[in-house]
This record gives sequence, C-alpha cells and structure tokens, in this order.
Amino acid sequence: MRTPISYFLILSGVLFTIGTVGVLVRRNALVIFMSVELQLNAVNLTLVAFSRQFKELDGQVLAFFSMVVAAAEVVVGLAIIVALFNRRRSANVDDANLLKW
Amino acid sequence: MVPLIGAVAADYIVFWVLAPISVGAALGMLFARNAVHSALLLIVNFFCLAVFFLVLGSPFLFAVQIIVYAGAIMVLFLFVIMLLGVTREESLVERLKGQRVLATLLGLGLIAEVALAVRYGVGISTHAAPGFDAVNRGGNVQSLARVLFNSYFFPFEVTSILLIVAAVAAMVMAGRRAPDIEQAAAAEDERAKREPEPVS
Repeated sequence: MRTPISYFLILSGVLFTIGTVGVLVRRNALVIFMSVELQLNAVNLTLVAFSRQFKELDGQVLAFFSMVVAAAEVVVGLAIIVALFNRRRSANVDDANLLKW
Repeated sequence: MVPLIGAVAADYIVFWVLAPISVGAALGMLFARNAVHSALLLIVNFFCLAVFFLVLGSPFLFAVQIIVYAGAIMVLFLFVIMLLGVTREESLVERLKGQRVLATLLGLGLIAEVALAVRYGVGISTHAAPGFDAVNRGGNVQSLARVLFNSYFFPFEVTSILLIVAAVAAMVMAGRRAPDIEQAAAAEDERAKREPEPVS
C-alpha cells in the first residue's frame, strides 16, 4: 500500500468535521441525523485505518459494532422524528422547545 | 510523487480520486437545500468510504457498508423524508446569533487539531506495516469471525439486546397509542395552543 495511513486519518477528520458543522448549523432534524451518520462513518474509517496500521483486526470489529449501533440509533431516532412530526407538523428542531427552560 | 501506474500505485490513485469525491459529497450534503439531495449525496459519500475500506484490507466491511448503510439506512432515511414531505423549506433564521460563523470557525479549528494530532501521533508519511495479508489469513471474514467470537463475544451478545430494544422502542414510538392516552395528549396540545407562547 503506497498511501500513507495518515492521509486516511486526515480525510476522516475532515469528514467528521463536516458532520459536526452539519449538526451545529442545519435546522432540519433529518439532515442533522444524516450529519451524525457522516460522523459515525468518519470514525469507522479511522478505526479501519488504524486496524491496517497496527495489523490487528480489533479495529474492524469495533467498526462493525459501531455500524450496528448506528443502525439501532437511526431506527430509534427516525421513530422519534416521525412521532414529533405527527405532533408538531414540523421537522425543524427549533420548534421542539417543550423541554426548554 | 505519484509513482508509475501499476499494481503498487493502484490504492494511491483510488485514494486521490475518491477522497475529493467523498469530501465534495459531504459538503454538498451540508449545503443542499433539499433533504432528498442531502440523502443522495450522503449515499455517494458512503460508497466512497466503502471503497476505502476495501483499499484498507477489509472486504467484509466494504460489503456491510454498502448493504447496511447505502442500502438499509439510507432507504429508511428516504422513506421518512417521503413520509414527512419534501417540499417544505428549511427556515434560515438563526436562533442563536453568530452560530453559523462560530460553527465554521470551530470546524476549521477541529480540522487543524486533527491534522496536528496525526502529524505528531502517527506522522504524515508513515506507511502501514507490510504483511497485512497474514492477518487476513484464510479470508477476511473468517479472521474477523475468529476475533469477534473469541475476544468480543460478550459485546456481541449485548449488541443483540441493543437491537431488540431498538426495535421495540421504534414500535412504541411510531405506533398508535391507546385511545385514552391519545385523548389526553390531544387535550394537552389544545391547552398548549391556547396559552400564549412564552418569549424565549
């Protein structure tokens, strides 16, 4: 493999940052969720890259677990968004301020 | 320096072709007005990441990435977008002043921080140790299963509980509630609507 591992790590950092900024900036709950998915995927890339670097498969197993957690999280999160939409007729996160102090 | 095109340089080319595509798709997802466009661009990004997994010697995660992420999760996203309607525009009002500028600046700071951490932790031009094929001896799936069912057996079982809980939670959340609870919730909504919204 000619590509240095650090390239993958920096790429993953860039993708993670884009996801973070997406969570902070966007107002649509669905797009916020997609940004969270992007963050999870960036971390997966880091895990697999380090697994390659250190010649251990634990990183890949961890990436696998993180995919499972992401799937579970998406199921529950989308159910919450749908329930919220049924009550408020809006997927905008600014409209959900019932618990706001 | 890009070496001569050959079997050795293949991953180099793959990286430099797909890395801009994946970053561009992620940025497109960030800036797309339409939620469907965001979802489609995110699928492009997931495919790029799947190819990176392949390059990094993990064909199993390559397949899982495409099947679970690009296949199942994004279809679920598109399904919910369809359920909620795609025509509504996102409001561009900033509830917190300067949030966008601050988020962008902090994001750039985070990138710089990650780059510094990689620079001092791993080294910019450190190549992976050769001989990864030995780790994948007998096939990537077999070796992965060996690790998963030996060292990570308990977390694996806990994962199954997590999935069951998630499925039950989704059913409870999205399903119809009992009629009396429904009535109480409707009354609560009415009262909230009649009272004036507190100014925040």
